[in-house]
Amino acid sequence: MAEQDVAESVITDEMREAIGKESQPTTLDVEKTNCRMFARAVGHKDPIFYDEEHAKSKGHRSIVAPPGFFGTPAFQPGGGRGEGPPGRGYSIPYKRVLNGGTEYEYFDSVCAGDTLTSTTKISGFTERTGSIGPMLITERETTYTNQDGKVVARMLGTTIQY
Amino acid sequence: MAEQVYFEDIEEGAEIPNLMKNCSTQQLVQWAAGSGDFYQIHYDKDFAQSTGLKDIIVHGALKNAFLGQLLHDWVGEGGSIKKFGCSYRGMDDAKEDINCRGVVTKKYSESGENFVELDIWTENPDGKKTTPGTALVTLPSRN
Repeated sequence: MAEQDVAESVITDEMREAIGKESQPTTLDVEKTNCRMFARAVGHKDPIFYDEEHAKSKGHRSIVAPPGFFGTPAFQPGGGRGEGPPGRGYSIPYKRVLNGGTEYEYFDSVCAGDTLTSTTKISGFTERTGSIGPMLITERETTYTNQDGKVVARMLGTTIQY
Repeated sequence: MAEQVYFEDIEEGAEIPNLMKNCSTQQLVQWAAGSGDFYQIHYDKDFAQSTGLKDIIVHGALKNAFLGQLLHDWVGEGGSIKKFGCSYRGMDDAKEDINCRGVVTKKYSESGENFVELDIWTENPDGKKTTPGTALVTLPSRN
């Protein structure tokens, strides 16, 4: 191999076929205490994240889920949490993982009492050689649907393996 | 909470009020519990050092959530966050200042809503942008 940028691709046919396939759904319970814990950890001051009566007085259905909070996955002893995010199990030569970034897009409000269902798909793989050497960038898209069947949010996540 | 900001009152290029953070180890543990991210590099110094870090580091997602607070506090009751996010470009240490900032890059009205686009980021004490990102919010109109 003369140059790094012509290194052989680590993207396999199996990975290419996985693009666009939705994962098994995960159930997320948006609960009052979890909203408060998330808000407290961030340092939010707005009482709509802590006080249900106050939140209702401002026109919300209940305590509001703070920005970036979409409920806590229901933990099921015995490993009933589903298969996890897709794309982690492929055989690639890179051992190290970085969370590259996250973007949230909102289409409607999320409040305590909501039950969200999320599914994740890989939207694409790209390869690049950067300061840390050759890397594989995986883009994932998670869609959150509430109990009324409405898509309330979408998360775009980037994972870097190198 | 600050006074409501209105669409008419802001200009492209203007900086929004910053939000200063400085994470105690206690806050990082609160975040681990609040977010469900229990990776030990964020609260166990021995573990963090065994991975080559000099000390525990702040969760990237927490810095993203700080940017969520920056926007939430700025848009006020009358506004809303449509989209926000960032890239994780640099590590921040616990007990160091994290300055959350934003600048308006564009404003426009569409379908009866007033949209504002921003560049948002967190900055470390050396002035380095450790999580550059963008946001789209709506603001109320005075009219």
